[in-house]
Amino acid sequence: MFRNRGLAFRLSFLVLVSCAFIFVFIIGYNYIVTRKILIDDLRESAQNKAFVVANAIEKSLSQVASFPEHIAYFMESETEFEEEEILGLLSSVLTNNPNVYGSTIAFAPYAFDQQKLYYAPYYYRDGDDIKFKYLGGSDYDYFYMDWFQIPQELGVKIWTDPYYDESGGEILMATVSVPFYQKKGTEKKFLGVITADISLGFLQNTVTSLRIGKTDYGFIISKNGVFMSYPDKNFIMNETIFAVAELKKDKLLRKVGKAMIRGEYGFSNMNSFVRNEKGWLVYVPLSSSGWSLGIFISNTELMAEITNLTEIVILIGLLGFALLLVVIVLIARSITGPIRKLVEKTGNISKGDFNFELKPIERTDEVGKLTSSFIMMRNSLKKYIKELKATTAAKERMESELKIAHDIQMGILPKAFMPSEKMPFSLWALLEPAKEVGGDLYDYFMIDEENFCFVLGDVSGKGVPAALLMAVTMTLIKSLAKVSKDPADIMAKVNDELAKENDACMFVTTFCGILNMKTGKVVYANAGHNPPLMIKKGQKVEYLKLAKGPAVGVLENIEYKKESLILKPGDAIYMYTDGVTEAFNDRDEEFSEKRLLETIELYRDEEAKDLLRKTLQVVHDFSQGVPQSDDITMLVLKYSGGIIKK
Amino acid sequence: MKKVFFLIFFLLVLSSIYAAEKPFEKVTFVPQWVPQAQFAGYYVALEKGIYKKYGIDVEIVQGGPRVSPIEYLKDKKTDFATMWLASAIQERDRGVKLVNIAQIIQRSSLMFIAKRTSGIQVPADMNGKKVGIWPDVFKIQPEAFFQKYGLKVKKIPQSFSINLFLHGGVDVVLAMWYNEYHLILNAGYDPEDLNTFFFYDYGLNFPEDGIYVLEETFKAKPELCKAFVKASLEGWQYAFENKKEAVKIILKYQKKANIPANSVHQKWMLTVMESIINGNKKKHKYGVLNKEDYDRVIKILKEEALIKKVFEFKDFYKGLDTYVQK
Repeated sequence: MFRNRGLAFRLSFLVLVSCAFIFVFIIGYNYIVTRKILIDDLRESAQNKAFVVANAIEKSLSQVASFPEHIAYFMESETEFEEEEILGLLSSVLTNNPNVYGSTIAFAPYAFDQQKLYYAPYYYRDGDDIKFKYLGGSDYDYFYMDWFQIPQELGVKIWTDPYYDESGGEILMATVSVPFYQKKGTEKKFLGVITADISLGFLQNTVTSLRIGKTDYGFIISKNGVFMSYPDKNFIMNETIFAVAELKKDKLLRKVGKAMIRGEYGFSNMNSFVRNEKGWLVYVPLSSSGWSLGIFISNTELMAEITNLTEIVILIGLLGFALLLVVIVLIARSITGPIRKLVEKTGNISKGDFNFELKPIERTDEVGKLTSSFIMMRNSLKKYIKELKATTAAKERMESELKIAHDIQMGILPKAFMPSEKMPFSLWALLEPAKEVGGDLYDYFMIDEENFCFVLGDVSGKGVPAALLMAVTMTLIKSLAKVSKDPADIMAKVNDELAKENDACMFVTTFCGILNMKTGKVVYANAGHNPPLMIKKGQKVEYLKLAKGPAVGVLENIEYKKESLILKPGDAIYMYTDGVTEAFNDRDEEFSEKRLLETIELYRDEEAKDLLRKTLQVVHDFSQGVPQSDDITMLVLKYSGGIIKK
Repeated sequence: MKKVFFLIFFLLVLSSIYAAEKPFEKVTFVPQWVPQAQFAGYYVALEKGIYKKYGIDVEIVQGGPRVSPIEYLKDKKTDFATMWLASAIQERDRGVKLVNIAQIIQRSSLMFIAKRTSGIQVPADMNGKKVGIWPDVFKIQPEAFFQKYGLKVKKIPQSFSINLFLHGGVDVVLAMWYNEYHLILNAGYDPEDLNTFFFYDYGLNFPEDGIYVLEETFKAKPELCKAFVKASLEGWQYAFENKKEAVKIILKYQKKANIPANSVHQKWMLTVMESIINGNKKKHKYGVLNKEDYDRVIKILKEEALIKKVFEFKDFYKGLDTYVQK
């Protein structure tokens, strides 16, 4: 997706993604640190609150417990019990302490009166009134009730678990119960218990009056984990913290419950058991009763502050992010806008349109420089192409002229010539120019009835000047040969003619021979040309050993040496220009004189025409399509000997 | 042939009309305690229309401390009632002519529990300790247990609250597996914090709840008894297979009776019920009174001089399996 997007998009995207990362990291870090601080704060304040609540409850409970304790002390010091006195004590408990719901002195069987199984006068509240009744009977067998039996068995003061006192106080209550004894020396006889009841409503009110937060709540569990105070009244007495843990399949809650009933202090991160939310539970023991107070602070409450803060941070971040987005897009646009324009214009250029409008940008940055460079480039290209068009037109004109020149040059060369059967020799020549107009030349003509002149040369340079020089040289040789039958003389004269006013310093290498058809004698002169190959019957082909002579056209007044050889019937002479031996292949190797020698040796017995054609093919095969660097010219003369037939 | 077919068809139509119009037989049933999973099978059979399926219209009288099944049977205020085998035998000894038509709970769930910290691991460790005891039928097995192991313990009468034990007022508490044991677990004790002594494991298996009727009722309406037992057993089966639904039904009746309704506790109770109703697969058959168990209960009751006479098993037990023998 990225590769196809524009520069502006990529730039904006990368910058924004990086910023988003940084932003998320900062918010996350901020959140974690703030949370830790808040939780530490919370722990301290929650524990403080719990201590305050616990102390308040403890104070009330120990105040309630102090009455039966005092009465027990008093009872143990008495030897005889007067009912009037007992009732007075009990009623004073209720009148003096509004937290006490009811109170009794419950005697063990027959302990108060030999005639009475039960004796338990009970004062209790009913609204604002204080009422009185005797407890005990077949439907209220108090000897087996927790508040009687447990202190009896344990011999110490106890706080009971919550219970509904049916046929007694008729409310949900908990009772503090103190046993009292008749002491005779070291012997102790259990006489009964003195109790004070508290309504669980009182506990509930104490806990709920300490409002901690909107969704927070407090609760008290008994020594056995039974709820004594809880926001949901159905839980009280019916549920234990362990039953809730089993219901919720919350192992942590069971663990915390055990710690609570062991009288431990704690602060634990856990699930609420009222609502479906996480929070913190702080718990402190109510030591005198063996109960435990828990305060649950929900995460929502705790996190309200931090959530608020985080929300603000996120809002600021998002606003910043939006601003950043706008700024980055603007910057990216300002950079890429001109570039995009340039891109469009480049499209124009590629279509060949240079006449578009492009205003230089008044900026010195890279984009400004790029634009002005682009304009300069456009202008240069425009100029160049204009010039190129003119040049091309000129070149085209020249090429057509060159074509004409070539045709003319080819016209100058003798047409494919096959000496008539009357002649005692055969001859074939070919010229393959490297450029349209070549610098090689060859010519042959009869001087008189006996003598046949043949010439092969190579003009220095190529193209039109070489062709012109070639034409001049050919014309000179042809005309001079009419008056002189000496090739050396002809060469010398041609040289003198050409060397005159040769400002261009052009020259021609030439081999010129005159064959006496009767005798087979060839007189020849060489002006700096490659030695021809001699194909002598019965001998190996070899290069003709020549006297050295400079190329014609360089210096005036040069003497050329006249040499001669005898061609016997069946002998042949093969001449060539350096276009043959200096043909290159793609490995930069020359065709070389050696290879030429071998090739001619191979085809020595072919007809003149075939010999040249096949040799040329070998050269072409060798160069394998490497463009020809020089004109290739070959001429072969095969002497058959005999008489000139008429 | 056509006539015969017509006749058969006519008879079929007639019989179906007769069956449809046959009224449900109205009966009452008293479980020996308040609605709880201990009686899940009966409440489920009622709620799921299983009794109706068997052609009985059952009214379940709400049990509790003020409703004595034996009094209800004697006074003919009910047709069916549940009670412990040992109670029923004692009542028959006292002259109430009742018969067992199905034994539901095969395995005694009565147990002693001691805190692990008390160091009471084997029966002998109970010597000299305070042991909580319930009255009446509940104390028969403990007494036999003390005798069997020659224990001298301080027997403390206990109420149905476990607080005396939790506060340390007794070292050993008498408990029902399906009830008090779970309450102790829910007071923060883990199973490994407790040492348990099932009477079942100490050769004192007393089958508990069984279904009883007066002998005269059984003689007059054996088919009705059969139908009631079959429907009740099917109710139990349904309850075991659909515990969630069964617990819901129980909770409904508990709320109706204004007693604490705790689904976790009822689920526990139902699970234990399944175990003790199925009993020992080798010895016990679903709903059938095992003669060995019967003989053991008779023997111990005689030893403790709680009964004077010994009754024949076949006179006392009229379960579903006994019909086949006829």
